Amino acid sequence: MNTNVSLTLPAPTAKVEAIERSPGFWSGVIAKLMRDPVALGACAVLFALILIAVFAHQLVPSDPYQTSMIKRLKPIGFDGFPLGTDELGRDMLSRLMLGTRLSLFMGITPVLIAFVIGSGIGILAGYAGGLINTLIMRTIDILYAFPSVLLAIALSGALGAGIGNALLSLTIVFIPQIARVAESVTTQVRGRDYVEAARASGARPFTIVRVHVLGNVLGPIFVFATSLIAVSMILASGLSFLGLGVRPPEPEWGLMLNTLRTAIYTQPWVAALPGVMIFITSISFNLLSDSLRSAMDVKS
Amino acid sequence: MNASTDSAAKEAIVSVRDLHVTFTAGKKPVEAVNGVDLQVARGETVALIGESGSGKSVTLRSLLRLHPARHTRIEGRIEVAGANVLSMGSRALADYRGRVASMIFQEPLLALDPVYTVGAQIIESIRRHENISTADARKRALELFERVRIPSPERRLDAYPHEMSGGMRQRAMIALALACRPQVLLADEPTTALDATVQIQILLLLRELQRELGLAIVFVTHDMGAAVEVADRFAVMYAGRIVEEGPTREVIRNPRHPYTLALMQARADGAMEKGARLASIPGAPPDLAHLPMGCAFAERCTFAQPACLQTRPDAVELGGDHRARCLRTDATIQFGRPRMERPAIPA
Repeated sequence: MNTNVSLTLPAPTAKVEAIERSPGFWSGVIAKLMRDPVALGACAVLFALILIAVFAHQLVPSDPYQTSMIKRLKPIGFDGFPLGTDELGRDMLSRLMLGTRLSLFMGITPVLIAFVIGSGIGILAGYAGGLINTLIMRTIDILYAFPSVLLAIALSGALGAGIGNALLSLTIVFIPQIARVAESVTTQVRGRDYVEAARASGARPFTIVRVHVLGNVLGPIFVFATSLIAVSMILASGLSFLGLGVRPPEPEWGLMLNTLRTAIYTQPWVAALPGVMIFITSISFNLLSDSLRSAMDVKS
Repeated sequence: MNASTDSAAKEAIVSVRDLHVTFTAGKKPVEAVNGVDLQVARGETVALIGESGSGKSVTLRSLLRLHPARHTRIEGRIEVAGANVLSMGSRALADYRGRVASMIFQEPLLALDPVYTVGAQIIESIRRHENISTADARKRALELFERVRIPSPERRLDAYPHEMSGGMRQRAMIALALACRPQVLLADEPTTALDATVQIQILLLLRELQRELGLAIVFVTHDMGAAVEVADRFAVMYAGRIVEEGPTREVIRNPRHPYTLALMQARADGAMEKGARLASIPGAPPDLAHLPMGCAFAERCTFAQPACLQTRPDAVELGGDHRARCLRTDATIQFGRPRMERPAIPA
């Protein structure tokens, strides 16, 4: 007798549910940013600035280094110079466009390097805790005690003028700030249940740092670092303004602001243009980092 | 030691002897656990019951040595599946955690990492202990999700913890704890953060898994009702010691330590009349940094005698694997269940 009774099972209906997958963390963040008009606006401005920076040489209407004693300090809308000319008769529009390069570079690079180093230091201090934490963080506090402008000027002054030294001093200025944020976020994360749960499931310290600490800590640090880009640009401009950063005749917004300050009474609008550019860029970075902060909040 | 306790000790997969845990972070050392003895057999569920600060969670965490080594002094002996937990090196300890004994936490939303999918966390845990491919680990994770009865498991593996409901998250947490087929499951108030209907489902699930997989479960709770549902044995803790221990029925029907008795009377039974006062235990638990010389419960105990303030009582065998650390077990015998009406404790 055949005991193998074949049962006719209903056809699997699992097809329907397999389609809808839950989006990844970052694609969720991007989706939220896309719904945020402020973030979109800031992104558009920054994207335009980056395009200008990359293709500056192709885009400039005239030679940014061409001086002319006859056409110096012309007003906005002067024939052939849509944004006027500077104190040496060079085209302001071209110089502002080319200046985007150095200004963005000076704004982003120090923050990027400080992000890597500062996060490392802060996560190490936060995760190790105890004596190691105290040693690292008190050392960081010494640097932190100086106002950032003062520290940047002092370091640049000591190292000597030049782009490389300006970048270095700005990096040193930002490392303590990022390390502090990294340390405090890491200390918070370290005490979370999921870290203990990971330990309870046999994860070793290195795995915990790599997976659970980094995964939860990089987001907040990244947001903070984005907001520092604006500060970095302003500080870099300040250094250039003082003659410690970019050297003439290279166009950089802070330096342009410096050299044009003598013209503030003759051509105030032209003299203010580099400042306007700094303002637009830094506010775009700030708005973007604000939107990023709310988009990365998982619970909302 | 006689032969019967020897054979019981052989069967025990968890064996804790004279455990002392002292936290030294503050100014005064805090004796959170002082002198806990606990045996859990293979396939047995033991509930550690007690109020906040009684040392039940500390005892549980000691089994995995989860306390920060820097600020904790652990003395005594902990053996799980034949291995001495307190003498393990860091590598052996990491191999032991999750593989031999694993833990379920009270609040699954906090115990699951918010930035990874639940599936990714289970796969990570499996691959930590076993040298298998991600695809195989995922297959195992899927089986686990089916086992803990998560509906549409394939899709839930790719869900983030915040996208799941509380009960679902706790099921996922249980799946994570079972990922490496541990022999001992430690549950730290696994149902406290859940609502009442979900609590029962989770308790039944634990019970079922325990039977199917032959797990030993140590289950910490302050909820008597939940403990009765799942536990084979009760261990009632007070001020860092197990004051009464025995088979669930025995302890419930015939509590012999005045503290257990008072806990039973402080329960809000279903038949409580409207307007009736809920019985409570007067006073507060002792400060663990300044433990009294005698019985820690003596100050709040209605049966206390001068002798209780002088010596810490040893365990009194009451028959049927039932023990209480009390000098007055003779006075509490009359309050057992066999009588229909429980007389009120004289005030």
